[in-house]
Amino acid sequence: MAVRAAGQIAGICHLCRSSTLGSFRTLCRNVSSSKHTPSNAPETPVDHLIYTPEHFALKESIKKIIDQEINPHVDQWESEGKFPAHKVFKILGNAGILGVNKPVEYGGLGLDFSYSVAVSEELGNIRCGGIPMAIGVQTDMATPALARFGSDELKKEFLRPSILGDKVACLGVSEVGAGSDVSSIMTKAVRKGEEYVINGGKMWTTNGTQADWMCLLANTSDGPPHRNKSLICLPMSLPGVHIARQIDKMGMRSSDTAEVFFDDVRVPSKNVIGQEGMGFTYQMLQFQEERLWAVANTLTTMDLIIQETIDYTRQRKIFKMPVLHHQTVHFRLAELQTEVELLRSLLHRATALFIRGNDVTKLASMAKLKAGRLARELGDSCLQFWGGMGFTNDVLVSRFYRDSRLISIGGGADEVMLGIICKYMDTLPK
Amino acid sequence: MSGRVLVGVKRVIDYAVKIRVKPDHSGVVTEGVKHSMNPFCEIAVEEAVKMKEKKLIKEVVAVSCGPQQVQETIRTALAMGADRGIHVEVSAKEYESLGPLQVSKIMAALARKEEAQLVILGKQAIDGDCNQTGQMTAALLDWPQGTFASEVTLEGGHVKVVREIDGGLETIKITTPAVLTADLRLNTPRYATLPNIMKAKKKKIANMKPADLGVELASKLEVLRVDEPPQRQAGVKVESVDDLVGKLKEAGRI
Repeated sequence: MAVRAAGQIAGICHLCRSSTLGSFRTLCRNVSSSKHTPSNAPETPVDHLIYTPEHFALKESIKKIIDQEINPHVDQWESEGKFPAHKVFKILGNAGILGVNKPVEYGGLGLDFSYSVAVSEELGNIRCGGIPMAIGVQTDMATPALARFGSDELKKEFLRPSILGDKVACLGVSEVGAGSDVSSIMTKAVRKGEEYVINGGKMWTTNGTQADWMCLLANTSDGPPHRNKSLICLPMSLPGVHIARQIDKMGMRSSDTAEVFFDDVRVPSKNVIGQEGMGFTYQMLQFQEERLWAVANTLTTMDLIIQETIDYTRQRKIFKMPVLHHQTVHFRLAELQTEVELLRSLLHRATALFIRGNDVTKLASMAKLKAGRLARELGDSCLQFWGGMGFTNDVLVSRFYRDSRLISIGGGADEVMLGIICKYMDTLPK
Repeated sequence: MSGRVLVGVKRVIDYAVKIRVKPDHSGVVTEGVKHSMNPFCEIAVEEAVKMKEKKLIKEVVAVSCGPQQVQETIRTALAMGADRGIHVEVSAKEYESLGPLQVSKIMAALARKEEAQLVILGKQAIDGDCNQTGQMTAALLDWPQGTFASEVTLEGGHVKVVREIDGGLETIKITTPAVLTADLRLNTPRYATLPNIMKAKKKKIANMKPADLGVELASKLEVLRVDEPPQRQAGVKVESVDDLVGKLKEAGRI
């Protein structure tokens, strides 16, 4: 099996339609370039396969927060190479968005996974991939094992503040020599009395330069690679934790990615999540959710990219007619929208099965594979229709082109997904 | 304090949606279009909820008139902190001709029935832009009114209202019961948080018909035709300031 690399998930964005209540319809008409036409109206509560009116109310509330508190600043954060995670997470935490499927005792809402999918879909309205990814790390990668297996004391110290948005979490799994092949990690946590002494380093750590704590995967013994690893809650302020650098990436620029070193870092042994030696297993348990979350997040952005491409090509003329009126353009967009709808159907089917307790590893892996492949295809096709504008950094489509490339790499690369699917098809050579 | 505040909430086409006129010019397209709570109504709800949080009043009741879908808008108000809702059911057909006067009659009847201390409405809805319901409701009840409020202070049997008027602010003091309408700068409405959205599910929405309140919906107004605003014409470029001044004089602007 295998897993993640860099910052996992990806997803992108949307036009901030107007940022304050003051900007009502007339004002809005002037500043907003993309409009939903009735034919592309958002799905409504009537007869939705997995969403209730509460899901829609939640989505609407998140959309407002994104339009007012996040989207107006995205361009700045993208150029600065970092977004203020503590500030943004506090806003999201106050609104209850960081713990929809976490236990009520620790500030969560105890709802089923379909609400996480709804949140993820709505976060796709953020006009970059980096911030949704950072949120996904906090809610669905660094904290699920802690929520399921952590002690009460650990949950109070790390889970609760992460749900409330007071603490920023990061996940320490990938290393310089281990990404999708998690089992090869080298970082060691050696037990000495009531402490672990940690040495090694982590790579591609999303939120790494800002995080208050890390959910660290380390070797706690020399046993077989699937049974010698443990998850440890590691405060990033401990002596010996060094942020070596912030990695310069082609996309996901508003999300900081760190390389971290550990030099004799001492952590109390009670900081281990669940049982020692079970770290790899715990991580594997959350793969289905991680993958479905990533798919949901990118779907919304893909809709947006298609819609903005329609709006742009409708007004941009070439050879005396709108670009959109060339058959190669509107047919291609129809083809892409069809693929997006197929992927959405797969996501909702897998989610519906999952919340009823079924193992959907195969469907989730297929959806993740397809999301990565489709995002690359869609970003490339749409960018082409924007012509020279598409090659500038002023438009969402070019940011999506860069950001969405990560979907095929992070959270288990495409090739890893293929391997898993083959396992389920029983075609993998033994 | 034991008062009750009645807040009107209207479901309108979302502010970010581009409005389209129906091909037969009888109105605007509403089917398949995103709707949400009128932004001025959100401000009204926020003000009422704040009063309750300060323990100045006992209960906030959100009212909406219209077909089944307006219950979504009432739920939003409940998620923001209103205690219960009243859905005055008006069929989709009747809703087309429902104007400020009919809604005022409903609000006035409910204000009496609920023995409200305050009725708070948005100063106008962003669909019809009528700006009449608050004033009419006050007239029908023969209560004092504080319209275009940008600051409201409730003290005992009085309300101090700072009103946004042409050229400045006017401060008035009126007795309760009274009708207030919210202007843009009264407050910044909160987001409905997820925990509160879930709690709102359990709050009660009473259902009634205008007839139950003794209100007759007949309207004397008839919409003859709805048209798109005229398209903005392209401008002209002038060579110099003198040309510009000349053109402006020609157009009678200066």
